[in-house]
Amino acid sequence: MSKFTPRDWASHPSYLSPEYKSSRLRGVSRNLVEIDPELAELTGPAFGEEVLGPLDNDLTRNGRVNGEPLGERIIVTGRVLDENGDPVPNTLVEVWQANAAGRYVHIRDQHDAPLDPNFLGAGRCVTDENGEYRFMTIKPGAYPWGNHPNAWRPNHIHFSLFGPTIATRLVTQMYFPGDPLLDLDPIYQSVPAQSRERLVSQFSIDVTEENYALGYVFDIVLRGVNATPVEA
Amino acid sequence: MVMKQTPSQTVGPYFAYGLTAQQYHYPHSQYADGCLVTDQTQGERIRIVGRVLDGHGDVVDDAMIEIWQANAAGRFDHPNDAREARPLDPAFKGFGRFGTGTTPDNSFRFDTIKPGAIRDGVAPFISVIVFGRGIMNHAYTRLYFSDETTANAADPVLEKVPADRRNTLIATRNDTATGVEYRFDIRMQGDNETVFFDF
Ligand SMILES: [Fe+3]
Repeated sequence: MSKFTPRDWASHPSYLSPEYKSSRLRGVSRNLVEIDPELAELTGPAFGEEVLGPLDNDLTRNGRVNGEPLGERIIVTGRVLDENGDPVPNTLVEVWQANAAGRYVHIRDQHDAPLDPNFLGAGRCVTDENGEYRFMTIKPGAYPWGNHPNAWRPNHIHFSLFGPTIATRLVTQMYFPGDPLLDLDPIYQSVPAQSRERLVSQFSIDVTEENYALGYVFDIVLRGVNATPVEA
Repeated sequence: MVMKQTPSQTVGPYFAYGLTAQQYHYPHSQYADGCLVTDQTQGERIRIVGRVLDGHGDVVDDAMIEIWQANAAGRFDHPNDAREARPLDPAFKGFGRFGTGTTPDNSFRFDTIKPGAIRDGVAPFISVIVFGRGIMNHAYTRLYFSDETTANAADPVLEKVPADRRNTLIATRNDTATGVEYRFDIRMQGDNETVFFDF
């Protein structure tokens, strides 16, 4: 049976992070039962370019109705790697986010900030052979939420990734450098202190396109998987 | 190890238009939904229905469930499963995804087939991944079938689960007017908390 690295619990939040209210009744409270991974865990949905539409990686275009979305255009790019530093190619990256005013298209988002008729806020792409992905989007705004008095989520983009098998599945959030709300955000703070900065993207003048959009780099590291075929 | 894992974060309450857009009627496509079968798919048609319940027993209406399973022959559609003796089914990929915000009782629903056992000596099962607002790390569990009593009793993974918690992994079969339905509620906390796995 192939070996692969375990979920590194020193890198991930606890299921019960009481400062984040919703975790109190929803976080797993009993010990996880450890099992040896077998075929079911060492396989998973395999994605390819065929799932992509032409504008899926350009959130500044895929929601247009009658004009351009408002806000600061940004490029978000990075590599998906495993813990050995090897690229994770051909894997699906799905993203969703608020618009520049901090408002989600989601019907339950009742924040009193304007929707943008030309911005949906959802996109996806597949990593290339070097594990690279790239999105064009609008910098998301901060938004208030009901967790505690005067609670605001820092600017963030939600990411969902598969990697090679269901064991490497990851859902996370990308933040922006220098955001003063990070220190106050129970979701970001739920991550062990030594691991938090891995969620913060870096500004890059090299990725920045002159007269067009600022560039941010966000590398993502999944569990290391040995891709050797397994015997049943 | 030269790199450290990127920390997990909750999927949050607003994943619907990003991950399950068609199910929630947003103008964006989605890769997979609650229907894993076509007319061509081989195997016994089943429906899986369940709810996600929080520590108070209240239904979670903003969870997302993913399932991953073998085909009727017990083969996974993935390069790591190269066992030719178990044929692939071109009409079955084995992956589904469903949010709990669109059905009247906030249940998740999958139309799929009953998987074959993936090898001798194990019971058939479906891998289940739970995401939701307030769930910091997606939670892995497994769905086994109530009408597989003999196979379940000998299954090595079920054996690892404390005997008094095994029932949380068994979906209950109901023969309904619209086909075979298995009921599988997922309890995040409480007396009957579902068994979640780490591997
Ligand atoms: Fe958010």
